[in-house]
Amino acid sequence: MQDHPTPVELINAVTEFLRTDVAPQLSGHAAFKLRVGLNALDLVARQITHEADGNAAESERLAKLLGASGSLEDLNRLLSARIASGDMGFQAPGLTEHVWQTTMDKLAIDQPNYASYRRERDAKP
Amino acid sequence: MTIENPVKAGIANWFPGATGIDGLTQLSGGASQETWSFDVVHPSGNIAVILRRAPAGYGAAPGRAAGLEAEAVLMQQAYEAGIPSPRVRYVLRPQDGLGSGFIMARVDGETIPRKILRDAQFAQARGLLTGQLGKAIAGIHALDKSRLPTLRLMTVAGEIGDLATEYKSFDWPRPVFDLALRWLRENAPAQSDAVTLVHGDFRHGNLIIGPEGLRAVLDWELAHVGDPMEDLGWICVNSWRFGEIDKPVGGLGTREDLFAAYEAASGRAVDVARVMFWEVLGTLRWGIMCCGMMQRFRAGPDHSMERAMIGRRASETEIDLLRLLAPRRA
Repeated sequence: MQDHPTPVELINAVTEFLRTDVAPQLSGHAAFKLRVGLNALDLVARQITHEADGNAAESERLAKLLGASGSLEDLNRLLSARIASGDMGFQAPGLTEHVWQTTMDKLAIDQPNYASYRRERDAKP
Repeated sequence: MTIENPVKAGIANWFPGATGIDGLTQLSGGASQETWSFDVVHPSGNIAVILRRAPAGYGAAPGRAAGLEAEAVLMQQAYEAGIPSPRVRYVLRPQDGLGSGFIMARVDGETIPRKILRDAQFAQARGLLTGQLGKAIAGIHALDKSRLPTLRLMTVAGEIGDLATEYKSFDWPRPVFDLALRWLRENAPAQSDAVTLVHGDFRHGNLIIGPEGLRAVLDWELAHVGDPMEDLGWICVNSWRFGEIDKPVGGLGTREDLFAAYEAASGRAVDVARVMFWEVLGTLRWGIMCCGMMQRFRAGPDHSMERAMIGRRASETEIDLLRLLAPRRA
């Protein structure tokens, strides 16, 4: 068992320093690069926090949808192959809901400020 | 590598009467293509120019690219046809020692989408641009095909095939991309009756904008011959709306206004279903391009954070594809 602070706590401590102390001292290309770097670190922190739950739910949905078992990557490869071959499409029961949920979970980590994602997340059902 | 010496050596030949150059700055550059900015010092007034070049050894255009010689010809023809476009001032020759490329007039203005879509100084432009873009696209499609440089002919089936091949080469499953490829194959329109010059990358970043609107169309690297509806679909891809998702045309205006301006200027009816097909294809294409950036980040030599992070934007196109193909609300 590893000790504390957790990876996310460490990343957040570093990003806070970069944002409040370093960013104001930079301009031009270096400031741009720092913003990209901070976005990357924030993404990593979100992934560490949310990935396990999302992956578990995705695996469960895929196993049910495909009637198969395997690693998450294997199951996704199988789904890809079935769609590509024409065996499964949007009309397959549960598939549309599955790809929507999976995509929403990806965006929550990758780009939670993307306007399409925010629209879908906040939409009244 | 700087280009200062060969440019200084050639400048008086390229611009008769020129006495030198000033303010040489590299704006962008990868391994195969560079963009430089400088002023030509001239007794009758300095000339602001941009030099684009592919160093020797990179002359052959990779993959889909039209090549810098073709780009120079297209830009000049666009300029002569009255399409907002920089005037081409000189096309490099082998004896210049700079590889292939050209020098064009430097057009002042803004290309950064968030500024164009939000800054007060572009408020008037935002009201005008949708119509101006429709007119400019119509002008591009009206260029005389018999005078064009040699360009690829792209068909619907060819474009889908290229995307499928590239997606497969990543060897990473993306079920939404598979669904999109299936949809494209099942909804592919018949061969277009009209076959015209297609700009191929008509979107923010390649458009110079001033407070009065469109000043120049840049970057003809992906120009080809094909279905004119492709350019209308590409400018509507959500990735170019930069948050203004209810304004399909580059975050600026409605499809209806774009199509009306295009039809008025071209006399060609817009096939709305075809444009929608190209919007779906374009969304998938941008997603695959994002994945390609990630591949190049891994393969090196450019291990930049920007490249890496663009790889994590491919999921943006997945949600946009689902919004187009399987909307959750009517």
